[in-house]
Amino acid sequence: MTGSPPPAADVMVRSEQVCKYFGALEVLKGISLNVNRGEVMCLVGPSGSGKSTFLRCINHLEQISAGRLWVDGELVGYTERGGRLHEMPAKHAAVQRRDIGMVFQKFNLFPHLTALENITEAPTRVKGVKKVEAIARANQLLEQVGMPDKAKAYPAQLSGGQQQRVAIARALAMDPKLMLFDEPTSALDPELVGEVLDVMKQLAQGGMTMIVVTHEMGFAREVADSLVFMDAGVVVESGEPRSVLSDPKHERTKAFLSKVL
Amino acid sequence: MSSVGEPPAAPAVEGRDGPGGQPELIKAVPLRRPGRLIAAVLVLVLLALFAYGAATNSAYDWGTFGRYLFDQRISKAAGVTLSLTVLAMFFAIILGVILAVMRLSPNPVLKAVAWGFVWFFRGTPIYVQLVFWGLLVVIYKQIDLGIPFVVQFAHINTGSLFTAYWLAVIGLSLNESAYMSEIVRAGISSVDEGQEEAARALGMSWSLSTRRIVLPQAMRVIIPPTGNELISMLKTTSLVIAVPLTSELYSRARDLSVETFNPIPMLLVASAWYLFFTSILMVGQFYLERYFSRGASRKMSAKQLQALANAQSLGGHI
Repeated sequence: MTGSPPPAADVMVRSEQVCKYFGALEVLKGISLNVNRGEVMCLVGPSGSGKSTFLRCINHLEQISAGRLWVDGELVGYTERGGRLHEMPAKHAAVQRRDIGMVFQKFNLFPHLTALENITEAPTRVKGVKKVEAIARANQLLEQVGMPDKAKAYPAQLSGGQQQRVAIARALAMDPKLMLFDEPTSALDPELVGEVLDVMKQLAQGGMTMIVVTHEMGFAREVADSLVFMDAGVVVESGEPRSVLSDPKHERTKAFLSKVL
Repeated sequence: MSSVGEPPAAPAVEGRDGPGGQPELIKAVPLRRPGRLIAAVLVLVLLALFAYGAATNSAYDWGTFGRYLFDQRISKAAGVTLSLTVLAMFFAIILGVILAVMRLSPNPVLKAVAWGFVWFFRGTPIYVQLVFWGLLVVIYKQIDLGIPFVVQFAHINTGSLFTAYWLAVIGLSLNESAYMSEIVRAGISSVDEGQEEAARALGMSWSLSTRRIVLPQAMRVIIPPTGNELISMLKTTSLVIAVPLTSELYSRARDLSVETFNPIPMLLVASAWYLFFTSILMVGQFYLERYFSRGASRKMSAKQLQALANAQSLGGHI
């Protein structure tokens, strides 16, 4: 295991036998997959299957217990020296996370900051971008997500769909090379789901590498390059979305899809 | 309008802006509330009676009150009270934040020590603690600086190091820091976990996310009880006579009543000064609370509502 070669240059995320324990509970039981640069991968599966945990491992919000995980050729959360893995200092881990955008199910916008301030906070404080530049970029991003007139609104004054679009703009402001979406539309009213999916679709068409945990099969079918079905901590089935959705091979996939489609 | 029992003719179905124009705004006859009026009059009469009694009762001796209210000895003592309050609170907040962070840290030793500190200083009366601090110079006659049991560099006489004033500051701030640490801890715990997570996902360090994301939100919970504590501290300074320190407001007012042979007007003088300071602190608290509650409510400010109403009257949609 320790001698594994670093992944090829066109691979953005490479996961090899990733396991995650919470105490004695094994939540991920050896996840192996690759996500190429510019690829959109949808992770689907029943709740408790480990999809969100896996997503959180990719930017080291959770520490993996076994296996190896690389993002852009760099080991996540650990450094390898002298054939041993060393825990990564918090500062180093923070630098790794800068380039990985994350969008949460519950938006997690900063309530004490306006939409604009939510977007400019990290670029100015973490990357040292000049305030004027950060504001210009933030306005441009707000335009991109379709809400140029909401810069001064506080999150509590926005609808769920608007909040999630600001959250996407906030993540994009760090110019990430990879975007992680953790059930981005699950907390939204049905009529607001579309506006968020539209922004994500537009992002995918722009060539962003994305991993999306979702229950929106329509989105997976239309936008994703690959679909991974997880259950009970393992990858059950994966492949081209249309073929997996229309012609699942495994019984568990069939059972799951018959309930959500 | 029409005869009783007959339902009103159904209006033609039309939108608010249809040919029929907008429906009239409701101008209902207000409900009478005699109970409110009676209660208000009753309370006002009682207040007036009390004010009349206070003004005419010679025991209050308002003449003496007026003469001593701005007496220099009193205003100086009020200055001591205020400086004791500010200094003690300043150190209490710093120590309180440190204790709260220790309590929330994963290190079991730091956790236990912080818990023990709060247990002791919150669990014994402030008056007893102040008497103890007054006896510090008796308990520890000198402080030796050096390596324990090996070598000593310097001996310091505690009596010359600590004046009664500083012993009072130490006593008040250590006691208060126990309460402050619980307030800060509650504030930090009240911030949703997702906030720190979102900050970390953006590449923020622990200290940056604490300073910029967690603490500003915790402040909304921390400030009201801290204002309480500050006002409470102002009044607790009257206990430092236990140290003993007698240059603050209450002790000075008591001492001056020897001159007037009547303690009552002097108590009123002291109370007036306490109320004056408290009122100023309350104004400060109001503005602090308003600042830190920004974004907390989905209610819009009058300005924002006006802007939306203007947009609406221009025919735009919301």
